[in-house]
Amino acid sequence: MSTTSSDSAGASGRAVAGAVGIAGAPTDQGSGKGIAWLGEGSQLFILSVLGIGAFVLLMMLLSFVSEMFGGGGAGEAVDPGTGTITLALSTEPPQLDSTRATDMVSGQILGHVMEGLVRYDEFNRIVPGVAERWEIDESEAVFHLRDDSRWSDGTPVTAHDFVFAWRTAVEPETASEYAFILYPIKNARAVNEGDLPVTALGATAVDDHTLAVQLERPIGYFDKLVAFPTYYPIKQDFYEGRDGRYGADPEDLLYNGPFAIERWVHGAQLRMTRNDEYWARDRIHLNAIDYAYITSDVNATLNLFKDGKVAIASLDAETLHDALEQRWKLERFNDGSVFFIEFNHRPERLTHNRNLRKAIQLVVDPAELVYKVIKLPGNTPGESLFPVWLKGVNGYFRQEYPAPEHRVDIARAHDYLTRARQELGLDPLPPLIFLSGDNPAANKQSEYFQEVFASRLGLEVKIDRQIFKQRLAKMTAGEFDMVLAGWGPDYADPLTFGDLFASWNKNNRGAYVNPELDAWVEVAQSSLVPEERMQAFDEIQKIIYDDAVILPNYERGSVFVRNPRLKGVVRRAVGTDPDYTGAYIADG
Amino acid sequence: MIRYTVIRLIQGVITVWFIATATFFAMHAVPGDPLMNDKAISEEIRRNLEAQYGLDKPLPVQYVIYIGNMLKGDFGISFAQENRSVNDIIREHFPVSAILGILAITFAGLGGILFGALTARYRNKMPDIVIMFLVILGISVPSFVFAALGQFALVNLNAFFGTSILPVAGWGTLSHMIAPSLVLGLGTMAFLTRLMRSSMLEIVSSDYVRTARSKGLPTTRIFLRHELRNAILPVVTVLGPSIAAITTGGFVVELVFAIPGLGRYFVQAVQQLDYTVIMGTTVFYGAFLVFMVIVVDLLYGLIDPRVRLE
Amino acid sequence: MNTALSFAPVVAERDVEVISRPSLSYWRDAWIRLKANRRALVSLYIVIALGVFTVFGPLFVPSASIQDLDQISSPPGADRSAFIVPPYVPWSGVTVNVRDAQGPLEAPGSMTLVGEATTQAVRMFWDPVPGAHGYRVYRNIAHPAPDDALGMPLADVLNPSRVSFEDRLDIKPGEYFYSVVPLDMNGVEAPVYTTLDVRAIRVITADEAVKRGLAESVADLAVGDEVKLKLHVLGTDYLGRDMLSRLMHGARVSLFIGIVAPFLFILVGILYGSAAGFVGGRVDQVLMRFADFVVALPFLLFMILFRILFKIEGGDSGIAPMLIAMVILSWPAAARLVRGQILQIREEGYISASRLLGAKTPYLVLRHMIPNTMGVILVTITFAVPSAIFTEAFLSFIGMGVAPPTPSWGSMCNEGLKTMLTHPHELIFPALFISITVLAFNLLGDGLRDALDARMRSQE
Repeated sequence: MSTTSSDSAGASGRAVAGAVGIAGAPTDQGSGKGIAWLGEGSQLFILSVLGIGAFVLLMMLLSFVSEMFGGGGAGEAVDPGTGTITLALSTEPPQLDSTRATDMVSGQILGHVMEGLVRYDEFNRIVPGVAERWEIDESEAVFHLRDDSRWSDGTPVTAHDFVFAWRTAVEPETASEYAFILYPIKNARAVNEGDLPVTALGATAVDDHTLAVQLERPIGYFDKLVAFPTYYPIKQDFYEGRDGRYGADPEDLLYNGPFAIERWVHGAQLRMTRNDEYWARDRIHLNAIDYAYITSDVNATLNLFKDGKVAIASLDAETLHDALEQRWKLERFNDGSVFFIEFNHRPERLTHNRNLRKAIQLVVDPAELVYKVIKLPGNTPGESLFPVWLKGVNGYFRQEYPAPEHRVDIARAHDYLTRARQELGLDPLPPLIFLSGDNPAANKQSEYFQEVFASRLGLEVKIDRQIFKQRLAKMTAGEFDMVLAGWGPDYADPLTFGDLFASWNKNNRGAYVNPELDAWVEVAQSSLVPEERMQAFDEIQKIIYDDAVILPNYERGSVFVRNPRLKGVVRRAVGTDPDYTGAYIADG
Repeated sequence: MIRYTVIRLIQGVITVWFIATATFFAMHAVPGDPLMNDKAISEEIRRNLEAQYGLDKPLPVQYVIYIGNMLKGDFGISFAQENRSVNDIIREHFPVSAILGILAITFAGLGGILFGALTARYRNKMPDIVIMFLVILGISVPSFVFAALGQFALVNLNAFFGTSILPVAGWGTLSHMIAPSLVLGLGTMAFLTRLMRSSMLEIVSSDYVRTARSKGLPTTRIFLRHELRNAILPVVTVLGPSIAAITTGGFVVELVFAIPGLGRYFVQAVQQLDYTVIMGTTVFYGAFLVFMVIVVDLLYGLIDPRVRLE
Repeated sequence: MNTALSFAPVVAERDVEVISRPSLSYWRDAWIRLKANRRALVSLYIVIALGVFTVFGPLFVPSASIQDLDQISSPPGADRSAFIVPPYVPWSGVTVNVRDAQGPLEAPGSMTLVGEATTQAVRMFWDPVPGAHGYRVYRNIAHPAPDDALGMPLADVLNPSRVSFEDRLDIKPGEYFYSVVPLDMNGVEAPVYTTLDVRAIRVITADEAVKRGLAESVADLAVGDEVKLKLHVLGTDYLGRDMLSRLMHGARVSLFIGIVAPFLFILVGILYGSAAGFVGGRVDQVLMRFADFVVALPFLLFMILFRILFKIEGGDSGIAPMLIAMVILSWPAAARLVRGQILQIREEGYISASRLLGAKTPYLVLRHMIPNTMGVILVTITFAVPSAIFTEAFLSFIGMGVAPPTPSWGSMCNEGLKTMLTHPHELIFPALFISITVLAFNLLGDGLRDALDARMRSQE
C-alpha cells in the first residue's frame, strides 16, 4: 500500500459533497481546455504506441511458449517434394485401442495404421490383408496368414495376435461396446456375458500362420465382418507392457498397417508416416498424412482448403454456391447411413396405434425434405430401411427388391387419423412429442416436420430438443412419440440394418415388437442361401413400410472438394473412410 | 497484507470446495450418464463399465472418493477420451487457452482503456460517435459472426496477395495467434471501452481533478496520476473475472480457428456428461477465477489506497 | 429635518425568498433534461416504436411458422412471378438397349430436355454411350468450358440402359448447365462429357396456389397462367417463413428476455453489491465469496437442473425458468462491479460530510452511493441486453429455452450465420434489430445518466 503517493488521496479528501453546486470551472471547458487536452491526446497516442509495442513483445514471448503445445508448422495441402498431404480432422479419436474403438474417426485412423485379416480395395471388394487366403464353411473359418506381415517393431504378425485381440475384446472387463460384432464366433457371447472363461472363445492359433475360427452359427458374411476394426490384431506382450494405456499415444501403439503415427498432439495434430515394415509398402505412395487441424467447423475447413492448406474439405448446402462460383469440381459421396423418424411403439404411447402412424406416414414426403430443405446433392430421399448401396443376390438389393412405393395422400391420411381418434377415444389428439437433437440439421428438419404435420394433418407436435446424453436418456426411457434417428452400417451386409427392429435389439429404441419380423431376422441371420436371405430382407422391408415402424427420411450423403493433384482417395460406406492408403500426388 | 492474502487464499479453497460439491451433485442429478452412447450396450457391459469407473457405489461414497482424489491432485480419467487423465487434458490444453486469453485480454484492456479515454475526451464529438457505433456493433453481433467473418477476411487477404500473410487456422506460431486473439478480445474490448468512458467522465468532472488542474499540474501528470488511475478501477474490477471467462470461454473461436484450447472441453464435457472432465474443468476454472479475483483485489489496493483491504 | 423622509421604513417585501420559477422535483428536472437531449429523445422514440412493433406487429402479419417452400431463403424484393403447372407426376425415364463396345468411352452424342425446365423438375435424356456402365450427372451455374468445371454431381445412374435423369434438387429460376459423364465398369469417369444448357422457370401447382391464397379456387387457374407468389417484404428464411413476421414474433421473446433479465439481475447485483460494499468487513467477504461460487458454476448443467426443478416437459417453452436461471446465475458480475464502486465512493468526502450531517445508512446508500454508480450500471445493462438475447438463443438451440417454432432474434441470427454469404438478409435483419435495440437503450441510458447525474448538470 505504501507505494502509492498521497496525491490522489489528498485530492479526494478535498472533494466535498457540494460538488454539485460549484458551477464555475467545469462550465467553461470550451476552447481553452481543448488545447490543454490536445496534449493529452498526443499523450494517449504515445501511450498507445507503447502499449502496442508491449503487446507485440508479449505475443512474441508467448509464441515461443505456445510452440510446445501447438500443432507446429503445417505445410501446404499437397507437397510433392516430401510426399506429404495435409488434412483436417473433424474430431480427435478418443483413443486408438481397436478393441474399444466405437467412433468413425477412430475407425478412419485405425484403418490407416492397422490391417486386419482382410481389407477393402479401391473398388470396395474384399481382398487379402494379413490373411493370404481363407476358407469359410458352415461351422468353421480358417485364415492362412502371410509370413511377411510385420509389426512396426519388426516382429511378425501371427495368429496369436488375432486370438489375443479378440479375447481382449470379448473379455467382460474390457467392456467393449463393439464386442457384439464378434458374437458370430463360437462362445463369444457367453464369454462376453461372463458365463464362460475367455479361453473358451472359438478362435485358435493352429500355428503362427494359421487361424482357425469356430462359428456359433452358419454365417454368410464372415469375410466382410473380419475387416471391421474390432477384429484387428494386437500384440500381447506390447499391450500388456503399456499398463492400460494401449492406444493412448503414438508410443502406446504397435502398427501393422500402411502408416504409423509419428506425432499426436492432442486436439491439434495427428501425423502419420509411411510404415516401412508394412508388407505391401509398394502399394503406398504417400510418405506422410498430416492431420494438422482438428475442428468440426465445416466453414473453417473450407477456408483452409481455399487457402491451400488442406487437400480435402466437405461442403454444406450453404457453401455450395460459393464452391460453384470458384469453379471447383465437386464430388459426392454417400456415407451409407439411413436417417428416419422412429416411432415409439410402447403400448402406453399414442404412436402405438397403427392408424395414427399410417396417417403420419401418408403426409410425409422424403423427396420434399431432401430437395427443398436439406438441399445437398448426395442425399437421396429415403424409401426403405435398406439403403441403395447394399448388395443383393447378384446386383444391388434395392434393384432386385424395390422398396414399397410411397405417395403422399392427404385424403387417405385423414381417414387413418379419424380411425385412430376413434380407437384411441381422443378428440382432438393431445400434442405428440417429437424428440430431436441439438444440431442445426435436426433443428431444421424437426421444424419442417412440425409444420408438415400441422398443415397437412392438423396434428399438433411439440419439438423436444435435447442435448446428446439427455436425448439418449429419453430415447432409452421411451419418453417420446417420434424421434429423429439414424443408423450407419457396421459391415457390408443388409443384416447390419435388417436386425435393427428385432425385439431383442437394444438399439430398437422405439421398442417395436413383431414376432413375424423377428422370424425373418432369424432366417437372415442363419441362412447361407443368398436368395433366401434377400427374400427375408425384402419381407422385413415390407413389414417396416406396412406397419409404419419408421418413416425413412433420407440416405445421407455429402459433397466435398479435393485438391486436383491429390488422386486415388477412396470413399466408402463401410470400412476406412476416407481411405488415403492408395492416394498419390499427381504432377501439377 | 500477507495476512490478508493468506486469509483470502483459505477462503478461496473453501469456495472451490463448495463449487466442487455443488457441481458434483448437480451433475449426478441430471438425467443421462456418461456411459450412454449412440449404440446401446448390454446390461453386462454396462455393469462392467460402472464398476470400472466406480459408478456402482452409492453417491455419497463416490463423492468422498472423488474429493479424496481431488485433494491428492488426481481428477480421474475422462469418460469420452478413455485413456486420458483429466490432469493431462488440463495440462496440455490450458496453456493454449491461457496464451490466447492473455493476448485477448491485453488487447481488450489496452484497446478498451485507450478508446475509452478517447471517447471520454471527445465526448459527443466525432471520435466518440464513431467508436460508440463500433462498440454497439461489437456487442450486438455475437462473437461467432466475428470469428467467421475474420477467417473469411483472412482467406481473401491471402488470396489477394497470392501468398500466406496470416494463417487461416491452426496454432503454434505468432502469426497463428493474431486473428483469434483479436476476435476473442473484441467483445471485452467493447465493454471496457464503455466502462472506461463512463468512469472517465465522472473522474474528469471530479473536484480533485479540477484542483489538480487549477494547481497547474502538467496535463500528462493529471492524466496519468489522477484521471487514468482512478478511472481504471472499474476496469480492473471486471478484468479479473474477464480473464477467467475469456480463457475458458473461447469455445467458438477455438473451433473456428482450430485451436487446441481448453474451451472445447468445457462445452463438450457437459454435452457428453463426461463426469470427470466436468468436475476437473469446473474445479480448475473455479480455482482460477477465485485466484484472479484475489489478484484483482490486491491490485485494487495498490491502485487505490482508499480501498482498505482488511 | 427630513430625516424621517430620508429613512423611510422599508416595506416588508415578504416574497423576496419566493422562488420565481416553478420548483422542480428531482425527477421532473431529470425529465426536462432528458427532453433536451435530442439523441436520448430519439432513442426513446425508437424504444417506443420497438414496443409497438412487438406488441401490435404480430397481430397484422401471418403466423411465423407458415412455410412457403416455393420461396426458401428468398431475399427481399425477389421476383415472384410463377406459372401454373399440373401437379408433379413421377417420371419413368428413358431406357434403351445397350450396345457393348470396347475402347475408350465417348461423350454422349447429344442431350435433350424433356418438357419444360421448371423449378418443379428438369428432365433430360441423352444418347447412350456404347460400353458405358453408367453415367454421372453434374449441374453447374456457369458453362463448364474452358476449364471443365462440371459443378456439382447430382447423381450416379448406375444402370447402363437408363439414359435419363430427373433433377428436382433445389431448382431456382435461372440458367443451369447439366453435364453427363459416362462411367466405366469400375465406376470411374471418362474424361469426356456433354453439356445441356437449360433455363428453368418458376412454377407452382394450382393446388399449392390456392393453398397459399394466391387464387380463390383451382377452377380460376389454368395451366400456363402467370401468378404472383406471396409477397414477403423482408424475404424468407431457410424454411420459406416470412422474415417480417418472424422478426415481430421473435421480438416478443428477445425483448422480454433481453430487457427483463438484465434489469432483474442487475437489480439483484446492485442490492447485493452495495450491501457488501457498504457493510464491508466479514459480511463483505462472505457475500463476495458466495458471488465467486455462483460465477464458477457450470451454466449449462444448472440450466438443465432448473428445467427439471420447474418440471418443464420436453417440447414446452420455459421462458420463466430460463429467466430465473439467468438471473440466478448472472448477477455476480454486476454485484462485483457495484461493490467495487461503492468501496471507492464510501471513502469520498461527501459521504463523510453527509454522515456527519446525520444521514442514515439507507439514505446514504440510496441517495449518494447508488446514483454515483449509475454510469457503471448503465454500461453493464447495455451489454447485458445483447448477451441475454444470445444466451436465450443458445439455450433455445439446445432445447432449454423457447420451444420451436417460436422464433427469437438471437436464434434467427444463429441460423442466419450459416447462410451469411449466400443469403445475407437472414443474418442482417435480426442483427440489425438487435443493434437498434442496443443502440437505443445505450443512448437512452446515456441520456438518463446525464439527466440523473447532478454533476453532469453543471456541464451544460
